[in-house]
Amino acid sequence: MHSFSHNQGEATSLGLEVKIKAEVKGLNFYYGKNKALKNINLSFAENKVTAIIGPSGCGKSTLLRCMNRIHDLYPDIRYEGEIILHPSGINIVSPEVDPLEMRMRIGMVFQKPTAFPKSVFENVAFGLRLQGERRKNVIEEKVEQALRMAFLWDEVKDRLHKSAYNLSGGQQQRLCIARVLATTPEILLFDEPTSALDPVATAKIEELITFLKEKVTIIIVTHNMQQAARISDYTAFMYLGELIEFDTTKRIFQNPSKKLTEDYITGNFG
Amino acid sequence: MSDFARIIKKRKREDFIFNIIGIICTLIGIVTLGALIVDLVMDGLPRLNWQFLTSYPSRFADKAGILSAWVGTLLIMMVTTVIAVPLGVAAGIYLEEYARRNWLTNLIEINIANLAGVPSIIYGLMALGLLVYQLNLGQSVLTGGLTLSFLILPIVIVATREALRTIPQGIREAALALGSTNWQVVRYHLLPYSTGGILTGVIIALSRAIGETAPLVTIGALTFIAFLPPSPIQSEPPYISFDWLWSPFSVLPIQMFNWVSRPDREFAVNAAGAGLALITVTLALNAAAIYLRYRMRKRITW
Repeated sequence: MHSFSHNQGEATSLGLEVKIKAEVKGLNFYYGKNKALKNINLSFAENKVTAIIGPSGCGKSTLLRCMNRIHDLYPDIRYEGEIILHPSGINIVSPEVDPLEMRMRIGMVFQKPTAFPKSVFENVAFGLRLQGERRKNVIEEKVEQALRMAFLWDEVKDRLHKSAYNLSGGQQQRLCIARVLATTPEILLFDEPTSALDPVATAKIEELITFLKEKVTIIIVTHNMQQAARISDYTAFMYLGELIEFDTTKRIFQNPSKKLTEDYITGNFG
Repeated sequence: MSDFARIIKKRKREDFIFNIIGIICTLIGIVTLGALIVDLVMDGLPRLNWQFLTSYPSRFADKAGILSAWVGTLLIMMVTTVIAVPLGVAAGIYLEEYARRNWLTNLIEINIANLAGVPSIIYGLMALGLLVYQLNLGQSVLTGGLTLSFLILPIVIVATREALRTIPQGIREAALALGSTNWQVVRYHLLPYSTGGILTGVIIALSRAIGETAPLVTIGALTFIAFLPPSPIQSEPPYISFDWLWSPFSVLPIQMFNWVSRPDREFAVNAAGAGLALITVTLALNAAAIYLRYRMRKRITW
């Protein structure tokens, strides 16, 4: 179905009918002298879910955190190579690109829910205010829209102005998703978004992700292989800072081409 | 089994003995403080009346009062707060949120901790040399306020940093990931969430400053002063005056010391009255700090 080729040093194609949202080309990443990502090449398809899997320390979160330049908050880090964001063609990791702009265009949801100790409304409105939105009615409208998109509106519509800390963990995580959605990001990054949640809350987030991909390109890092298999269209398997295999989720889980991938998928290590 | 029973019995006895030692050690501190306060209250409470609060010091013990002393304390504390809080909070935010970790910031950090341990009279000497003689600020309320600001600045900085440190890194990352600048994170998140902690630290610092005597004596605070600084509010334009900043002053602990050093028993009662006034203010400040911390913990739990 998808014609797929993966050659080192060259962008991978995902198939003719798929539009590419972002292309990682020859990406190396360093924490000080430690090379954490080694020549990563892959493409993220528009309006699809791409999962990045691999054992702890394989660099999956490091790769995700390159996408919105959040690494730049910490000293002694260095990027080499490119991450091209389409259709603008901007290179996300170029030193000339302002990380603030990338973070305003590419949203991120973290492992632990990071609701601010403010009201539900103010949590969602914060990103909008950062984007310079001052009109009260527009903010109200977009907050409601985002909360509806995050399947949270019905649960919080009566307590919009109460503290977000009264919400459950799963609700707080959906609030964080709503907060990012309100800013209409081009790509939505999830860094193990359900690892701190119970199975019911996890199922709800997974359902939400599947629903959201119609509107936004999604990249999710997860250590839960079943989750990757359930919700993603493409899967990248990483090991020790290298991209071992990248393919449709179906192929990765049913017929991987590398022995290492197969070992990881079948639980022989990791 | 009987072996175990014997060992257990021995260990329990040790446990019991330490328990008793601990109680005794704790009581020594508490009983001493309690006795001091009771003594102060018994001596001072009858003296603490309206006349005492509204009279200037006098040669006659029963006519003397603490008016100029408590007004002086109030003004000095105002100047100290206005100077130390913005400086200390800003420095704390810079060190915690902006400064990159390197040998220089490490050096600064160590020295701030050291500064908090410098004896207060050293600050007085520094202020005498720098503020009084070099900058010609005189033996004024401003000099006194500045001196105490320097003294508590390290405490405010450390309190600010500790309050900031209790905020999880995830909150910063989440705000920055939405495209905030560092300043926006500080302004809209870190400061609002750490206000309680910072205020607690500020109040504790102030309650230390309010009892300070040595540095103020060193810069030349008066021990006998029978007038008040000019009022900050004037009846004529521009209505507000800062002349009081340049006025000589005394403070409660100095007044107290002055009375204690007199041989007359009557003045010792006055000293107890002034001490009671001082300790009441200090305890009130500490109570406010505890209340604030309690409120903050209830409002925000990470």
